[in-house]
Amino acid sequence: MASSETAPAAGQRAKGLAPFLRSQMRNIAPFLTLIFLSGFFALASPSFATIDNLGNILTQVSVTGIIAVGLTFVILCAEIDLSIAGIANVTGIAVAYFTLQESYVNIPNIPLAGAAAILLAILLCAALGLVNALGLTVIGIPSFIMTLAMMQIAAGISALLVRGQIAYKVPSLITTLGSGSIGGIPWIVIVAAIMLLGGHLVLTYTRFGRYVYMVGGNREAAEYSGLNVKLILGSVMVISAVCSGIGGMLGVAHFGSAQQNEFDTYLLDSIAAVVVGGTSLFGGRGGIGNTIVGLFVLGVLNNGLDHVNIDSFLKILIRGVILLMALIINVYAQRLREKAAD
Amino acid sequence: MPEGQQPILELQGITKSFGGVEALRGVDFALLPGEIHGLVGENGAGKSTLMKIIAGVHTEFSGRFLIGGQETHFRSARDAHAAGIAMVHQELSVAPDLTVAENVFLGNQPTNRLGLVQWRRMAREAGEQLSRFGIDVDPMSRLGDLPIGLQQLIEIARVLFSGARIVILDEPTSALSPPEVERLFATLKRLREQGTAIVFISHFIEDILRVSDTVTVFRNGRKVAETASAATTKGALIEAMIGRGGEALEHSYSDDLMLPRPSDSSVVLKVDQLSLARSLQDVSFEARAGEVLGIYGFMGCGQQELSRILFGKLKPDAGTLAVDGKPKTFASTAAARRAGVALVPESRRAMLFHQEPVYKNISISILDRISSLLLKPAQEREIAQRQVEQLQIRPPVVGLDLGMLSGGNQQKVALAKWLTYPPKLLVLCEPTRGMDVGAKNDVINIVRDLRAKGLAIIVLSTEPETVLSLADRILVLKRGAVVREFKNEPVSKDRLLEAA
Repeated sequence: MASSETAPAAGQRAKGLAPFLRSQMRNIAPFLTLIFLSGFFALASPSFATIDNLGNILTQVSVTGIIAVGLTFVILCAEIDLSIAGIANVTGIAVAYFTLQESYVNIPNIPLAGAAAILLAILLCAALGLVNALGLTVIGIPSFIMTLAMMQIAAGISALLVRGQIAYKVPSLITTLGSGSIGGIPWIVIVAAIMLLGGHLVLTYTRFGRYVYMVGGNREAAEYSGLNVKLILGSVMVISAVCSGIGGMLGVAHFGSAQQNEFDTYLLDSIAAVVVGGTSLFGGRGGIGNTIVGLFVLGVLNNGLDHVNIDSFLKILIRGVILLMALIINVYAQRLREKAAD
Repeated sequence: MPEGQQPILELQGITKSFGGVEALRGVDFALLPGEIHGLVGENGAGKSTLMKIIAGVHTEFSGRFLIGGQETHFRSARDAHAAGIAMVHQELSVAPDLTVAENVFLGNQPTNRLGLVQWRRMAREAGEQLSRFGIDVDPMSRLGDLPIGLQQLIEIARVLFSGARIVILDEPTSALSPPEVERLFATLKRLREQGTAIVFISHFIEDILRVSDTVTVFRNGRKVAETASAATTKGALIEAMIGRGGEALEHSYSDDLMLPRPSDSSVVLKVDQLSLARSLQDVSFEARAGEVLGIYGFMGCGQQELSRILFGKLKPDAGTLAVDGKPKTFASTAAARRAGVALVPESRRAMLFHQEPVYKNISISILDRISSLLLKPAQEREIAQRQVEQLQIRPPVVGLDLGMLSGGNQQKVALAKWLTYPPKLLVLCEPTRGMDVGAKNDVINIVRDLRAKGLAIIVLSTEPETVLSLADRILVLKRGAVVREFKNEPVSKDRLLEAA
């Protein structure tokens, strides 16, 4: 693939570097942001640019990363999934619900074998994703509204399962993957890396991945090409839900507890990671590579602000401003590209 | 052209380039009050660029720009508007959800002292304006509910009666039926008598010759001819436009053309008693292998809906389809494609991916055949390259983004996409609309090749020339019903228009 892509790139370069850079702004801008932020925090705090802290950052972005894999598919199709955090939460709670808890945990749960608990939890998140998919494609509810409803439904199931209590135990496989490490590398980082890589391979090298880009690039044209657009849209909603579910299960093991509203911040973080990375909100442009850069921008920002002794209330504002800037670049990059294509 | 009159608008030595490509080179252009000035030229010759400079859309150019003898420089379309210049663009730009009256008064609704809209006055005045134009509609009805031709007429009426001294019409007649064109021409002539200067751009050279006083011809960004309309002919204009003998490329089709005997090869598509709400009534026909079936009718006659039903995009209320004798109900476009039906809709934007390279646009229809799971980009490029060479797509670079190609070449890519498939039945909507003479000819040859290979082809068009130049058999569709079939008999543009 890499070699086959050089031809158009060379063709574009022949017309001058400036148009080429303009058309690549979507990819360049987030990368520059990352370098700038890293440089800034490295200068501002001696404890930031260390191997230990890099490990911290990787661990901190892992759950977001796992969720963001599926969300990247959805946003590439020019849809949105607001139920990711809700589904992550309910899946994490479900896997704990089917695990034997300590006697002091007062939840009327159903303990099962570890494998069965994991299987049921995955089936649950896939089923919720399927409901999103059917609502979007068969009934025709816009994904923004459909997944807003699903966010509530997932929160409702979570509430019914734990009834205000906190569960702690999850199957040992999940415990290992969520909080264990191998050779000093946390398993959760490895899982996130594998899922990101897998997402990238699917998007870049498979027929399904091409269809995702085509549907996102011009849905009407995809339909007039005889693609099964509804099937593709439905699939990405299910993929998103399953990625969220996996993130939720490992997250529960990572935090050491399963409770209501545990993942609320992950909704904005995941969307921010995908969009800050440069994947177009209008669909068809971007990918997992962009999401990885976006994850690092967010991770460095969150982590770095802890190192530089800043008012913790101001941090929230700063994050908001950075997100706004990324959105401006995102929309602007789309316009530049359209101009370059004219 | 009256001599010695002071031009209302004068351009001298206009040069305009886009990123190093010169779209206009040293063009002089003068417009007299009370003149209808026709502009012709192939796509990309510079007509629209010049008009956009006049209308203040393009503000960066070199050369002198004089209005009423005074040098002027517009900074925006708003400036041009204030100077009394109005333009009707090629694409419909109306607000379908607003009423007819609101559209007529878009941007300057009559208000009372409190700033509230005076609805009754607006409706009355809109109605008066439109009836002067021969349009009889309820000013309070929703514009989007009217037929497209009428919507376009209302948009033109709005601009014509805006009080502008200079009116530019870019392809105003493409969506209009002949009686509507007559009404437009009558109004233009009336405005001319009142001293309005009108620029009229069209691909329909007969229209230009009929209505304009002067014709200017553009080729490759230069003005190559300016002549009184009465002193020229269609053949001479075409020759000036394309710079080579044009007679052979486009005959006028005013003479009778003999349709061949109907083919007796196998029936690929059988349509029986198809009906759809207000659009189609009991439409039945057959399409055979190795035959081009033309379906002609005015805008809004139900062609578009018919093509969408054949490709599974719309579901008919009643009626049946059969492909190769097997009854089909297409639940989706994917199902239609599997059954061997392909559609090229009238809008290229609707079927191509402008931000993707040419080869991805071509391979999309056969991706499931060359790869089950993993993509094979090398094979995709090879297949695309073959099509690009066969159809002479320029430039012949499959890695180039589609948006970089000209309209005619994009249309060829739209065909190439299905040729690799290849379908049993190819449905083409307006295959040559808005194309220059050279590209039109290429497309006609491609379709003939496909027919020779045994494809069943249906061509739907609102342009009689398109149907006449391609079809072996012609159906005329009128208000959703088949009113006439031409086969094994002489046919001409006049006969077609008469039947519709």
